[in-house]
Amino acid sequence: MSISRLARATGLCVLGLGIPSSFAAESLTIASFGGQYTASQRQAHYEPFSKETGVDIKSVDYNGGLAELVAQVRSGSVSWDVVDVEMQDLDRGCADGLFEKVDIDALPAGADKRAAKDDFLDGALQPCGVGSVVWSNVIAVNEPAFQDAKPQTIEDFFDVERFPGKRGLPKRPNALLEWALMADGVAPGDVYATLSSEEGVDRAFRKLDTIKDQAVFWETGAQMIQLLVDGEVAMSTAYNGRVQGAISDEGKPLRILWDRQIWNADYYAVVKGTHAKKEADAFVRYATGTVPLAAQTGFIAYGPVRRSAEALINPAKAANLPTAKANFRHALAFNSKWWTDHGEAISERYASWLAR
Amino acid sequence: MLNAAVKNRPPSGATFEHAVVLQNVVKSYDGTTQVVKGVDLSVRSGEFLTILGPSGSGKTSLLMMLAGFEQPSDGAIIIGGRDVSRQPAHKRNIGMVFQQYALFPHLTVAQNLAFPLEMRRMGRREIDDRVGWALNLVKLEGLGARRPAQLSGGQQQRIAVARALIFEPQLVLMDEPLGALDKQLRQQMQDEIARLHHELRPTIIYVTHDQGEAISLSDRVAVFEGGKISQIDPPTALYNAPRNDFVAGFIGENNRIPARIISHGPPSRLAVSGRAIVSALSVDIAPTETHACIMIRPERLRRVAHLCQLPNTIDVVVSEVSYHGDSYRLRASLDDGIDVITRIPNDGTQSIPDIGESILLGWSTEDARAFAGGVSATIR
Amino acid sequence: MRQRSPHRTGWTLVLPLLVFTLVTFLAPIGFMLWKSVYDPEVAGLLGQTRQALAKWQTSTGLPGPEGFDALSRDLRDLTGDGRVSQLALRLNRERSGMRQLIEVTADAIAEYDRPLLEIDPRWGDPDTWVLLKRMTQPLTARYFLSAVDLQQTPQGSIVRQDESRRIYVYLFGRTILVASVVTAVCIILGYPFAYALATARPRMQRLLFFIVMLPFWTSLLVRTTAWIVLLQRRGVLNEILVAMNIVSERSRLELIYNLSGTLIVMTHVLLPFFVLPLYAVMKGIPKQYVRAGKSLGAGPVRVFLRIYLPMTLPGVLAGAALVFILSLGYYVTPALVGGRTGQLISNQIAFHVQTSLNWGLAAALGSILLVIVVVLTMLLSRVTQRGVL
Repeated sequence: MSISRLARATGLCVLGLGIPSSFAAESLTIASFGGQYTASQRQAHYEPFSKETGVDIKSVDYNGGLAELVAQVRSGSVSWDVVDVEMQDLDRGCADGLFEKVDIDALPAGADKRAAKDDFLDGALQPCGVGSVVWSNVIAVNEPAFQDAKPQTIEDFFDVERFPGKRGLPKRPNALLEWALMADGVAPGDVYATLSSEEGVDRAFRKLDTIKDQAVFWETGAQMIQLLVDGEVAMSTAYNGRVQGAISDEGKPLRILWDRQIWNADYYAVVKGTHAKKEADAFVRYATGTVPLAAQTGFIAYGPVRRSAEALINPAKAANLPTAKANFRHALAFNSKWWTDHGEAISERYASWLAR
Repeated sequence: MLNAAVKNRPPSGATFEHAVVLQNVVKSYDGTTQVVKGVDLSVRSGEFLTILGPSGSGKTSLLMMLAGFEQPSDGAIIIGGRDVSRQPAHKRNIGMVFQQYALFPHLTVAQNLAFPLEMRRMGRREIDDRVGWALNLVKLEGLGARRPAQLSGGQQQRIAVARALIFEPQLVLMDEPLGALDKQLRQQMQDEIARLHHELRPTIIYVTHDQGEAISLSDRVAVFEGGKISQIDPPTALYNAPRNDFVAGFIGENNRIPARIISHGPPSRLAVSGRAIVSALSVDIAPTETHACIMIRPERLRRVAHLCQLPNTIDVVVSEVSYHGDSYRLRASLDDGIDVITRIPNDGTQSIPDIGESILLGWSTEDARAFAGGVSATIR
Repeated sequence: MRQRSPHRTGWTLVLPLLVFTLVTFLAPIGFMLWKSVYDPEVAGLLGQTRQALAKWQTSTGLPGPEGFDALSRDLRDLTGDGRVSQLALRLNRERSGMRQLIEVTADAIAEYDRPLLEIDPRWGDPDTWVLLKRMTQPLTARYFLSAVDLQQTPQGSIVRQDESRRIYVYLFGRTILVASVVTAVCIILGYPFAYALATARPRMQRLLFFIVMLPFWTSLLVRTTAWIVLLQRRGVLNEILVAMNIVSERSRLELIYNLSGTLIVMTHVLLPFFVLPLYAVMKGIPKQYVRAGKSLGAGPVRVFLRIYLPMTLPGVLAGAALVFILSLGYYVTPALVGGRTGQLISNQIAFHVQTSLNWGLAAALGSILLVIVVVLTMLLSRVTQRGVL
């Protein structure tokens, strides 16, 4: 501790081209969502970073939400240095002062020399976090559950008469209400406007009522995959990367229904009050560089947030990404601002609906 | 096999006078070692019979069989003229008093007393009357509403006795009922039991290892040893005429003087300490020149002034004198190191010898009993 | 040297534990109770507004110009500190749309310093101001109202929550029901088991102990996975039943991810808490009580009902109380195997602590649960004291 302070104070850390050559702290702790997703981060981001800098990375799993971070930051004993967060949590955590601010100008340019500002997709650069992957909420179909007609659209997911079988639903309403409206005939462009009215929310819940009896609820991505693989549900709302992993790595008979996918992004954010801010910043800059982002698509089917990374992706893998043209036709962008405004009330109502 | 045979004929030697008859009762827990080795016993109606024995003598097993908590491996138990060997405990109509009282802690004293009556489906009013009578009997009126934990040990045991008597059982078993009480209470309780037996005349089988209780309470005492009855007699006979050295040693204090048999009597003549020739009543026959043991109660061993005062005398040296209020207790050694005990009443008629003083002790022939064999290790 | 008084020595001996309890138990509970009625966040952010609105009677329509001025000044200050989003998010939690209103207003004030009413017509709605007045009062009953599905209207009257948002009373009811059923099943299964345990020979006893302690020795995750493998629709149990033609392929039993999953798994996990205290009590009952009962003429059934059962009742009550109270607070198991219908009030508390970060509401729900537990414990100790021993 005292040595590391001394080192910092005397400026012994030498930084070259954004990649530091020596560090005071020996390790970083990074919290992410676990399972195959964290595995992809470990292989594409953590390990190469450790190799280059000598900084060990400890990986911690969490389930989203800000509770642990609030506890760490408020108590002053910060044990996580970097967190992988979803947009909504990033916004809120930023407002609550849980994250350090990002220095956008310090981010490296793309592999094609494009400046970072122009290289990242819109919305991928936030005041408190740097985007890493585009992932998508999709419907996963358990193929053996349907012998004759196969479900193809979001309407089919909500049609338990033509496509009988249990439905896996998330314990949080995010994305689900959007699907309910779209399955009820609302155009993707009108979804959030409709949801903003009380009648629109009622309409979404009425649609959910039609599959309530068949619903099985999951909390984590791992549970969701387990339900599908065990045949406990015929279809489930899902994260595309996890499902793709089960299909291509484990050969599970699952299929992704890209119709009306609702895409979202994950961000790396540096926790306020970390003892290794310099190392954490260096990690974020490294991991969101063109090459590591492109490399990550080799381990999980999430799209890179840098345009310059697309050129580096294996074409066979590219077809499974949410950002592939064929998949992206009826995509809806998840509106995290809308959820920040309405999430509280909707969650309450969803919890009430769920409980009864 | 045996049971079937016994059931069909009246038990031999038993009359209706007999409340309890045991015929060749055997108990073995593992099929090989017998804890009770063929006991025959008849208890008269209204009799107070004590089973006395050291721990491990089989007396508890016998009691368990009488109560119905264990079944005899062989033989028959006849109570009130009926063979109950295979009858469960709750159908035997036997009152039992346990060492640790066994009053039900969740019931009041009155409810404890009412319990056996309720089990017999007696009417409420009659139950109340009887409970009042029983409380009166043990002089604990007014404590009916208390819980057992609120009573003293002595009170609890009186309630336990009352509970065992209240339903007029054909037999009352008492399993070391005074064992949990301190010395003073024990004497009081003993008097209480004696009084109740005198007033109500129930048939009582009382189990204890305390010979004092056995002698003062019982009509007859059965001394148990190694799973068998060693001797069964009224207390006086047991005390004065023990049939073997075990009984002689177990009941009361006794002097044991090793001797050599010279001739058979009556009375037999024996040599003590190689010199003195004395006489005693022999209990069992053994060849001359073999070893024997003379037993004399301390109170029958008297200090004499000269040799002719009593037919048998020995020389001893006083080694210990202790004061007991009503008497002095003397320990004295024969010249080959054998100790004897005697008592000198504190009535002012006799002088008390000093330690180291040589005195002469003597006895009447009929007070000494000679048993074949040396001084056995089992004797205290 | 003067001798220490025994009184003081006694205190010295218990002091470490007392301090420990205070720090790890009483202080957090006190903090929780306090948190459920005290919420100074908005009051701290809108200090001037709070003062200005103090004298305003909500029934008189809009507040006077001093209220508008104070809010403008507060928002300008917050913009300088970068704390507008904190206020916006906090107010948004009470009413959807407030985030947008506050942020738009703060931006407009910072840029043009226009009057509030020109920036957004919602500032002409007295209800907006009622919300601000309420939120700037640090002491509040709103969390407790929410916790029992009530709300305060802008007019000040207390009414039930909208039908579609009522949840907590229902969940409290379900929690108590689940706890009761789990307790009842534990009694039915646990009593004979405890008896067997108390009377078994040493070797058998070790085996039975192993069986009952097994859930303690297994990690939560392993245990839960085992239950899922066993109970799910394509699980071991259903496969067996289908193979034996007891249930048909179409009507496989729904044993997990619903209320029955919660009940089965909670019973399994909590059974030791019932069996062990009861076993201890049974072990402490000497044989002679049963013997005394028999000798007094009671057959096996009556000995059990009149003697053994009442004597073991303290153990039954202690075990049942333990199971019931633990059931009230269970949330990991229901979260994993309870599906939709097996969720309990604790899951909502966990949700508000971990996900929604609505600690005030979580504290209010927790306090109500605490009161239920305390009342039950007191009732129970009265019953045990009066009843036996």
